[in-house]
Amino acid sequence: MAPRLVQPEFSVQRDGERCIACGVCVRQCANQVHSYHPEYEEVRAAAERCVGCHRCAWLCPTGALSIIHTPPTYRHGGHWSSEAISNVYKQADSGGVLLGAMGNSQPVPVYWDHLLLNASQVTNPSIDPLREPMELKTFLGRKPDQVELEMSGPEPSLATTLAPQLELSMPIMFSAMSYGAISYPACKSLAMAARELGTLANSGEGGLHPDFWDFGPSMIVQVASGRFGVTPDYLGAAAAVEIKIGQGAKPGIGGHLPGEKVDDSVSRTRMIPVGSDALSPAPHHDIYSIEDLRQLIYSLKEAVRYRKPISVKIAAVHNVAAIASGIVRAGADIVAIDGYKGGTGAAPAMIRDNVGIPIEFALAAVDDRLRSEGIRNLASVVACGGFRCSADVVKALALGADAVYIGTAALIALGCHMCQQCFTGKCNWGIATQDPYLTRRLNPEIGAQRLYNLLSGWAHEIKEMMGGMGINAVESLRGNRHHLRAWGLSDRELKILGISAVGE
Amino acid sequence: MKIIQAIAQYCMNCRLCEINCMVAHSSSRDIITAFRAERERLTSRVTVEQSGPRTFPVQCRFCQDAPCAVACMTGAITQDPATGWVAHDPDKCVGCWMCVMVCPNGAMARDVGGHVTSKCDLCAALDQPACVAGCPNGALVLAERDEVENA
Amino acid sequence: MPDSKYLVIGNSAAAVGAVEAIRAIDPEGSLTILSRESEPVYSRPLISYLLGGKVEPAALAYRPAGFYRAMGVEAKLGVSATAIDPAARTVAAYDGQAYGYDRLLIATGGRPIVPPLEGSELAGVFSFTTLADARAIETFITEQGVGSAVVIGGGLIGLKSVEALAARGLKVSVVELAERVLSITLDQAASALAAEALAESGVELITGNTVERIHGRAGVVSGVTLADGRRLDCGLVILAIGVAPDTSLAETAGIATDRGILVDSTMATSAPGIYAAGDVAQASEIISGQKRSIPIWPLAVAQGRVAGAAMAGGDARYPGGLAMNSVEIGGLAFISAGLTTVPEDDGLVQLSRLEPETKTYRKVMLQDGKLVGYVLVGAVERAGILTGLIQSGIQVAELGETLLSDELGLIHLDPDYRARLLAGKGAVA
Repeated sequence: MAPRLVQPEFSVQRDGERCIACGVCVRQCANQVHSYHPEYEEVRAAAERCVGCHRCAWLCPTGALSIIHTPPTYRHGGHWSSEAISNVYKQADSGGVLLGAMGNSQPVPVYWDHLLLNASQVTNPSIDPLREPMELKTFLGRKPDQVELEMSGPEPSLATTLAPQLELSMPIMFSAMSYGAISYPACKSLAMAARELGTLANSGEGGLHPDFWDFGPSMIVQVASGRFGVTPDYLGAAAAVEIKIGQGAKPGIGGHLPGEKVDDSVSRTRMIPVGSDALSPAPHHDIYSIEDLRQLIYSLKEAVRYRKPISVKIAAVHNVAAIASGIVRAGADIVAIDGYKGGTGAAPAMIRDNVGIPIEFALAAVDDRLRSEGIRNLASVVACGGFRCSADVVKALALGADAVYIGTAALIALGCHMCQQCFTGKCNWGIATQDPYLTRRLNPEIGAQRLYNLLSGWAHEIKEMMGGMGINAVESLRGNRHHLRAWGLSDRELKILGISAVGE
Repeated sequence: MKIIQAIAQYCMNCRLCEINCMVAHSSSRDIITAFRAERERLTSRVTVEQSGPRTFPVQCRFCQDAPCAVACMTGAITQDPATGWVAHDPDKCVGCWMCVMVCPNGAMARDVGGHVTSKCDLCAALDQPACVAGCPNGALVLAERDEVENA
Repeated sequence: MPDSKYLVIGNSAAAVGAVEAIRAIDPEGSLTILSRESEPVYSRPLISYLLGGKVEPAALAYRPAGFYRAMGVEAKLGVSATAIDPAARTVAAYDGQAYGYDRLLIATGGRPIVPPLEGSELAGVFSFTTLADARAIETFITEQGVGSAVVIGGGLIGLKSVEALAARGLKVSVVELAERVLSITLDQAASALAAEALAESGVELITGNTVERIHGRAGVVSGVTLADGRRLDCGLVILAIGVAPDTSLAETAGIATDRGILVDSTMATSAPGIYAAGDVAQASEIISGQKRSIPIWPLAVAQGRVAGAAMAGGDARYPGGLAMNSVEIGGLAFISAGLTTVPEDDGLVQLSRLEPETKTYRKVMLQDGKLVGYVLVGAVERAGILTGLIQSGIQVAELGETLLSDELGLIHLDPDYRARLLAGKGAVA
């Protein structure tokens, strides 16, 4: 093959003193990086195929392998980074769109890291979560403007009829990842963990595999522009229904599940032919206004007989606050806002890296807007897009979120190493693939346990942080921006976030 | 008695079970030393079988009326009538391959270097069989022989 | 009169199988063994390993020392049975005693066939089926300083003796009447590989020929003359024409015999209370459904176990025998079972693959979609799976060429059959 201008991004380093040529790496790499040469009794690597998923290094029984990120270092040109140059080479080769997956890969600022949490000292004593009850229970759904009590009986009772609520054991849910984009065992891991944890997983827009209907009470099901797998039973099986308008990783464009990932099982679940590309249009073809959205929301409410909350998920874009307001007024019980660091199984890299706004600002703006309009109680706000740890979650709650969705963190718990090649369908970790050679690598019993462990750990940490602030219920943290301070941000950023600078 | 149950659904053909088996039964019990210095004697007592994407490891099933014990002409393979345990004594084995000929599971491995057969002993000296302990995906578990499910 | 509940004539594979099976059911009943050989039970096939110097004499013990005591067996070693009186339920023995029994097992094995051959009485002419034979040959070689040998017969026993003699440094010639060695157990292609392996280990192979007479000098072997007139000098001759069931006791007692003693599926003979097992018995065979004598170790043990269980009142049934053999020639492994050669027009499907460069050969024979035989040379690891498939009688036609693969595994087999195997329930339902 003629030499290509695109150079390998990774170096596969094999310690000859440790390699025993056992072939585990050869058998595990779906990208065929490793190959065994019996005549020399040695294993060699074709580094140009390596995506840096580290599967081989993980399983190498002698620890002989190191995968080193060695992007080509062209002469430093300031404006022309090596990546920018490589991208030009790639497109000059292919003539195609640069594809990417998972979240924004550019070194954009992480605003969470500019926010610091408060803790009580002396005047407002902190609470020890090991000794005192600490409530993380979260209810999502429309709350009444005011509550009326019926006092005539022996005990007071609630006279107000409440809108349907989702009850979560903690303010963290698994975000929408469709069967098709991720594997059966990945979906199952998420559903099992959600049920065990008392929270919710989200089907994404790919329908619900028949095996997962039992998990319905622990699932939110999505209705997206492709309407894949949407039936009355599908809507009826779940705890809530989410209309997906947009996704933080690729605002303004639709979804594209390549035909290679549409096997028999995915085809039946999505109700599309085997091998056909599953194309979700950029817009819903029946929604061109808030009024149209209202129609769909109420159609779905009718379908679920007003027994389940309806969520609307949008990407965080420039005028997100006004859009969120419209969504709430259209009748949504939950508004999910997905920031520009949200993940995806496949997106044009230019869109992923350049469209949308950070969730921190979107969340603050939406919360402010709904409060100022006096409609904050009409819908719960769920933030998503790049939550990495429990501190990010606490900061989001303090900025105004009722709960968060985590997607990427959940996949990392399942083994994802962020190689960002989901769109190839060759996920060596058995997560973002439908290849039967690869999906078996994820044992959902193990996966569910790891997810359970992760969120159990986060829940402990959230309780510790809340206790430190002297707060004993997540209800008291929500929108409590006094517990946030920022460093290194401009006055304008502080104003939008609605928080003070450190020391203030 | 408990034997090893494979869960084919989660077997991913890494074959670490084979490698761990070889190391656990090597003299050095050190993976690098074993593969360098003892290579010609390394014999896995577990074999990962493959058919398309489906794979699963097979090792001695400690059969009722074990045919290997019936066929063994030297008395190297014996079965305890009370427990069902099938023992193989390599010192008595001459490598006639009669057990290889009769094992319906293909579970008698040939240690060609030592000219003896070699079979799963459930790593009796360890807390857990090396293949079970080392399986990265929970595809090998211990189960009562009579309750072993299909792979 | 020394009476026993159980009396066993013989002391090899079938006898031990029976003793262990009896004791599994009846730990107490009196049990006596009469053996014409004076050694405790030993592994008969190992005599070639002993002669070849590959194992120490102690390694021949098939069961540990103390076996008879542990099993509560009165072992009369070196005491041949001379006659059975089925009416009186007694066995007359060489020691002059009449041994009474309630249940009798005849496990007398086989006797080497000694052809009428001029010179066969000379010193240095041996059969090769017992430990005594092996010891006598070893002594003879040492004392006479024998440097070359002729083995008459290119069957299993012949080739095992060839291997042993060659390992001792003798120059060995094999004379086989048929056109190829191991003609009963192997097919043409495998026999050719065997011949090649023999040649590579320095053995002279003479096929389609036979020894007409053995020459001697001062009563000691000095050479042989072949049918074609060639003369071979040698200091030792091994007669390995074959082995026949040793049915003499049974015949005189009026027990039904054919080639061997005819037995039913519990190993019972035509005489009440009398069972037969091992090389002497002629029990059912699974492929033909006929009663056939198959003198191999695994079947002797299996038959012994069935007979022992039946004698002790158990309900074991013999599933039927299958001819199978495993042998190594010059380090090359050969395993075969069932039908290995048939006329082309016999309705059998035959699949085979020969890889001469690696000396690997595989052949399977199918009839009505079932496996009925195979030959493996070199890569023999998957032999047992094939044996199991023959024994199970399940349909395997759709496996086709996979049957010839080194990768053949339970994974390719019928799920119900696989489930049975994985749960340790064996090939036969």
